[in-house]
Amino acid sequence: MSRDMALPFGAAVALVVVLLDRALGLGILSALLTLLQLVMTPVGWVVALATPAAAALGAWKWLVYLLLVIAGGYGFRAAGQAMTGNAPFYRDMTLAVAVGYVFAAVVAIAVAYTYSISFSTAGGMPDSYFFFRLAIHGLAAAVVAAILFRQLGMWIGTPGSRKLFRQMPGTAAFGIFIILCYAIAAIFAAWIAPYGQEEVLAKANIIPLVSAEMGGDPGFPLGTDQIGRDIYSRLIYGAQNTVGIAFVTTILAFFLGVTGGFLAAVLQGWTDQVLSRLVDVLMAIPALIFSLLLITAAASLFKGSSLTVAMIVIIAVIDSTRVFRLARAVGMNIVVMDYIEAAKLRGERMSYLIFREVLPNAYAPLLAEFGLRFCFVFLTIAALSFLGLGIQPPLADWGTMVKDLGQFVNYAAFLPQYAMLPLLPAGAIALLTVAVNFVVDWMLHRSSGLKE
Amino acid sequence: MNSVLRILVQRIGLGILTLFIVSIVIFGSVNLLPGDFAQAILGQGATDEAVAAIREQIGLTKPFWVRYFDWLGALVTGDLGVSYSQLMFAANMGGDQLIPITTQIAPRFYNTMFLAGLTAMIAVPFSLFLGVLAALYRGSVFDRGANIFTLSSISSPEFFLAYILILFLAVQGQWLPSLASVKPDMPLGERVYTTLLPALTLTLVVTAHMMRMTRAAIINLLASPYIEMARLKGISPMRVVVKHALPNALAPIINVIALNLAYLITGVVVVEVVFAYPGIGNLFVDAVRTRDIPMVQICCLIFAAAYILLNLTADVLSILSNPRLRHPK
Amino acid sequence: MTDRDVLLEVRGLKLEGRSDETWTPIVNGVDLTLHKGEVLGLIGESGAGKSTVGLASMGFCRDGVRIAGGSVNFDGIDLVNASAATKRSLLGKRIAYVAQSAAASFNPAHKLIDQHTEAPVQHGVKSRAESEKDAIELYRKLRLPNPEEIGFRYPHQVSGGQLQRAMTAMAMSCRPDLIIFDEPTTALDVTTQIEVLASIRDIVDQFDTAAIYITHDLAVVAQMADRIKVLLKGDEVEEADTRTMLSAPKEDYTKSLWAVRSFQRPQKPAVQTGATSVIAVKNVTAAYGKTPVLFDVSFDIHEGRTVAVVGESGSGKSTTARCITGLLPPREGHIEFEGTALPLDYRKRSKDQLRQAQMIYQMADTALNPRKTIGELIGRPVEFYLGLRGREKRKRVEELLEQIELEPSQYINRLPSELSGGQKQRIGIARALAAEPRFIICDEVTSALDQLVAEGILKLLAKLQDELRLSYMFITHDLATVRAISDEVVVMKDGRVVEQGQKDDMFTPPHHPYTDLLLASVPEMDPDWLTNLLAQRGADNIGDAAVDKMT
Repeated sequence: MSRDMALPFGAAVALVVVLLDRALGLGILSALLTLLQLVMTPVGWVVALATPAAAALGAWKWLVYLLLVIAGGYGFRAAGQAMTGNAPFYRDMTLAVAVGYVFAAVVAIAVAYTYSISFSTAGGMPDSYFFFRLAIHGLAAAVVAAILFRQLGMWIGTPGSRKLFRQMPGTAAFGIFIILCYAIAAIFAAWIAPYGQEEVLAKANIIPLVSAEMGGDPGFPLGTDQIGRDIYSRLIYGAQNTVGIAFVTTILAFFLGVTGGFLAAVLQGWTDQVLSRLVDVLMAIPALIFSLLLITAAASLFKGSSLTVAMIVIIAVIDSTRVFRLARAVGMNIVVMDYIEAAKLRGERMSYLIFREVLPNAYAPLLAEFGLRFCFVFLTIAALSFLGLGIQPPLADWGTMVKDLGQFVNYAAFLPQYAMLPLLPAGAIALLTVAVNFVVDWMLHRSSGLKE
Repeated sequence: MNSVLRILVQRIGLGILTLFIVSIVIFGSVNLLPGDFAQAILGQGATDEAVAAIREQIGLTKPFWVRYFDWLGALVTGDLGVSYSQLMFAANMGGDQLIPITTQIAPRFYNTMFLAGLTAMIAVPFSLFLGVLAALYRGSVFDRGANIFTLSSISSPEFFLAYILILFLAVQGQWLPSLASVKPDMPLGERVYTTLLPALTLTLVVTAHMMRMTRAAIINLLASPYIEMARLKGISPMRVVVKHALPNALAPIINVIALNLAYLITGVVVVEVVFAYPGIGNLFVDAVRTRDIPMVQICCLIFAAAYILLNLTADVLSILSNPRLRHPK
Repeated sequence: MTDRDVLLEVRGLKLEGRSDETWTPIVNGVDLTLHKGEVLGLIGESGAGKSTVGLASMGFCRDGVRIAGGSVNFDGIDLVNASAATKRSLLGKRIAYVAQSAAASFNPAHKLIDQHTEAPVQHGVKSRAESEKDAIELYRKLRLPNPEEIGFRYPHQVSGGQLQRAMTAMAMSCRPDLIIFDEPTTALDVTTQIEVLASIRDIVDQFDTAAIYITHDLAVVAQMADRIKVLLKGDEVEEADTRTMLSAPKEDYTKSLWAVRSFQRPQKPAVQTGATSVIAVKNVTAAYGKTPVLFDVSFDIHEGRTVAVVGESGSGKSTTARCITGLLPPREGHIEFEGTALPLDYRKRSKDQLRQAQMIYQMADTALNPRKTIGELIGRPVEFYLGLRGREKRKRVEELLEQIELEPSQYINRLPSELSGGQKQRIGIARALAAEPRFIICDEVTSALDQLVAEGILKLLAKLQDELRLSYMFITHDLATVRAISDEVVVMKDGRVVEQGQKDDMFTPPHHPYTDLLLASVPEMDPDWLTNLLAQRGADNIGDAAVDKMT
């Protein structure tokens, strides 16, 4: 039956697209056709391999490597079978798994080799392995921090918290550790930071992490920016401003969304209809696009700090629609339970139903959603600031810092320490959201595991 | 037959209605607020007559609903209007040749479609493959590693990923250009080469999302009793996946793809700015910065329309692939 | 039997399940011997590990389960150590499986016959055309309606009982030596169940297939199996020939399982005509939206009596309860409490009216708020209706816990998740009692429980009725429960009352034809019951076929 349907439906859609394309002269069709031509035909594949991109990345070379790894996997399995007398482990191994083992081994060897040779050239300028070493050291530090922090959690605290730490995977321990660090930095920013966030110091463009004769200054370990502000201090204050504003926004979004969602779930009927349709319309516009639109409107009314406040409200309202959806769904699942029916038949009031029967059972999913929502809000604000439309000066914030320091990335070839500057605030954003996501992932896994 | 047709007509009608309401929201949110855009266009030094003339020209003297329907009517006939920056240029420089928004947007729309298309073509097969693999070997080292990697990639802001890729692939590796300055007359191969870095950045983000969703959908599917039944019939693993899992995985996978293409629409904005890519996202951000209302409205409407269309397509395709609806009792 | 060849031999089978990253034993050493053409019944309560054993004897483990020890030997092949390819070549061809839920185990994307022919074609046993012809033949043997046509439908277009038979046909498609039946009739109504049982037994006999029949229902296994093995929490209890097992069980646990059926309350004398009923349902007609579900339902419930409302799924039993509680206001008719009409909507009823009628639910898990302690759960109605607080409230809660035979000091601070299924159901009873009602609706209160536990709940309810002069409306599909506890019976079908009267009258003929069919369909412990029934009625006068003839 679908085949009868698909043809007229497809034809209608195609017709609409063609007409629109013609009327507006947008060239959708030619774009699609060129791309289709590229992928759909074998000729297209050959063309793709012959492109400058493929040539620059050495596509043919990589193709040969790939074939070698596959052959290696086949050999590995055959060798394993022969040497162990066809043990079940090798006997039932699929080729994909064997290739996976070989691939992992090759990658591990390549990383170890690169790391070992990275020191021999480390003294020279330019240091082309600077970022590679930074990544390896960062990863190692993260693993060590996670292990130590989990050990600490297992030693101190109540029996309950100690048990929690024992069951926790390393990623979650790492996440909690990072969140704690950020919280401390944000709360005690004024004590930790050596300089003020807007303090313009004598010397601009001090290069981070290098000795004085190369343009560094031990008093400014991470250097100063183009107008002479201490980057380390601005990073610390950024924790307070960027994280603080995202946190406030999330709380506001939650207050709006949860209230609406629970009301819709418990009252149902027309309350639910009105709220849900309103949310449907608001969600039909992508969040970042919608916030940019509303900020355009707000920018004609507000300036400076009050524009930042307007942004908080705008993002909170847009994000509360997503919270509403979840809160309503969670509420609906709880409302159909027999214990809610029992409470209704007992004659309990609406407030008792919401606060005493529904809410206590919604904590776990709402807490996880709070974490995810925070990440989303945080990233949206960072993106807006990066575009110059988010948090407004004079506040120091990470998104704006990335925008201001972005040009230094091009120094990477001869002065990698300089190229690190935009990566610091960008990495600070990424690290926090990764940490929150690790914790949320663990919480979701735990709550789904408990249900089984 | 009739029930499927009815549902489809309903969904499509709903999509059109949503688009209509969204256009009101977009037009209303920038036009109902106070503030004199005529003054803004001409700057503080303008004469009262000039301001009045501009107000007349862009129709600020008419009531809201009249302006809305004028705008909508022009849109439907393919007239997207003239941007304020053009008006300002004409008013200050005295030129009389106004370039319409349509002409400004068309090449950029093509570029954005190209970027999104290229990303989709790398990301969709790649992430479906990895997602299915992670589902089949769930709990393995590969699956756990992929989980950590995708979580990190989702959590990172697009500009962070973009800078890391620039650092390794463009500056230190010298393999790809760090600025994606495509030109209209570029041959296809060179265009792909120039666009590859932004496309890879978007691929990182979208692949992570799509892979996680695919993994979840496939795990859900593989847990169904009918998959166990197929295995208990002694069917080969390949055939279990192709004959039993795939026909039922179609709807969830279509959904995953459509949702992520919709997500791409938002991601494209930041990435275009980082790489100075001449697409619609960059145009939109410039328009927001200069508060060029007609341009903001059109860009916003294009993004929203693409988003609604993708969601609608996902809806329709998953209805068509549901055997219960295709073969009613 | 010793002269026949051994087909399947399981020795010391140990299975482990994964929970929280550690492996815990779920089956501790089970032995099993099956000869060619023999049917072994594997019975036990939930959590006994019978399904896991059934699958392991095919060499198959679900995710999160592994074989930790022992051997499985099928016709000379070691299934524990066999390669995946070897096992695949046996599954579907020589060993087949029939799952509990046919609706979920058929792939929704393919026609029945395509799924039927898959195994024979893939194993190279038959060509596609041969297999299709054979499928139609098997459908006919299993007495499916329209055997030529039914295979060309999709699973969702076929009813549950028919799907279960189609799945048996599918298992037979390669004429296997062994079939594992994993609770094939548990999800079905009794009248449908009997039809499926008859056709499964018939076809297994006809092809002389060996089978392991897994179930928790003793009466069902008595019809199907030559020998019975009893499992309890992963351990083997005993094994014997079916007749020996039924007449002379050795172990205490087995004896206690058999004894469950013996609990039966004597019938109370009929109520005097003209006595005021506690609850009267008067000509109730109700609908969900535009779909009518109840038609002119009337019955009375008197003080200290139990009225059992019986019917299969979709007959309107639970909807009647929703009308009485006021959750679904009837379109026509009304509900009377002690002679006065109650407001139809529960929101318009007074606190006292609400207090008088309480409810106990089928699933104790969803009926108790998982975040509240037992003390809070029982204490709330005490506080809400009777206004008791502080020490008085606690004292009353303790009294109630004693009434339901749970030690107060031990249970009052626990959460529901820390209790067993039977204990949770007792808390549900205590919460209803806390309101000091005159009338309680019991909605399938024992159907989610194992038989022994269910027995305890029924005895408790009977005791409380005598002490507190309570009236019960007992909704159930299980006629054994009806026999055990009720005074009066109301039989419902498709939203109508088919027959009602005193229990003793209902269980002695003459009956309404539907009641008759319902009664006849309930399996009995007698191994000859199904044979006798088929001889007496004929294969076409049982199950859905008979229901169809009636309407």
